[in-house]
Amino acid sequence: MSTRVGVIHFPGTNCDLDAQHAMARLGADTEILWHAEPTVRGVDVVIVPGGFAHGDYLRTGAIARFSPVMRAVGDFVAEGGPVIGICNGFQILCEAGLLPGALQKNSGLKFLCETVEITVETTTTPLTSSATPGARLRIPINHFEGNYVCTPDTLAELRTEDRIVFRYVENPNGALDDIAGICNAGRNVVGLMPHPERASDRLLGSDDGNVLLRSLLAARLGAAT
Amino acid sequence: MPRFAIQVDIVHLPGVADPAGATVERALPSLGYGNVTDLKIAKTIRFTLEAADATAAEAQTVEMCKRILANPVIEDYSVAVRELIAP
Repeated sequence: MSTRVGVIHFPGTNCDLDAQHAMARLGADTEILWHAEPTVRGVDVVIVPGGFAHGDYLRTGAIARFSPVMRAVGDFVAEGGPVIGICNGFQILCEAGLLPGALQKNSGLKFLCETVEITVETTTTPLTSSATPGARLRIPINHFEGNYVCTPDTLAELRTEDRIVFRYVENPNGALDDIAGICNAGRNVVGLMPHPERASDRLLGSDDGNVLLRSLLAARLGAAT
Repeated sequence: MPRFAIQVDIVHLPGVADPAGATVERALPSLGYGNVTDLKIAKTIRFTLEAADATAAEAQTVEMCKRILANPVIEDYSVAVRELIAP
């Protein structure tokens, strides 16, 4: 049976169809989860995609965390379900308290839209289980608030618990410790600023994102990674 | 029920980058204002609140700050409460 992947659509989300398309091409059954419905409809994997949920008003992700679907996502996470937040999705998961820290404005005050190199720092997450440890991937970023920040205690925890999932090879936005992606203590929630769905075909300039998206196919609710 | 004018000021925590503030500070010398330092760009939220008294109004506002208006990882906030007297 194909892995069922649910992609959340908030008002202002604009990467949901890209994520759905990239996952469908890899053989997943995909569906869009509307933010106002308080359910994830029994999918195996939830993707919180990029965009500008609720217009990014107040702060990025601040309003989205109160959408009805997020309560269901919280329950899904508690059961061990894999949840991936990409870009704005990463910001939303931080605001929702499902990941620690926050994404502040890029240190250079520029909206960044370019392909960057990141390294896979750990393979014990649902997004990196098929990747090679230390692998360098070329994946686009597209953000204004991608500068990861957290308290020194949280950073120490992320390091000792092997929860920094991706690092930038050349830090584009000032992120603490070159962090491009992290996971939660349960390792089933991963957030990253780069867009693997935009690196899913060589026609797009890179298909390095597929190794990550393919990892999700193996992920199942509660499955050990 | 008394009504209160509330002002919440939200600032970046010390050490958190304020690139917008830094950019404005860098621009000022070109207009001849070379003596400006420590410029920060902050956010102000104003609203009217009905509450039993000023203490209750402040308590609710602080709760709202903690739950949504500010992000404690990167932001600090201050609350000002002023009772609105009906004309």
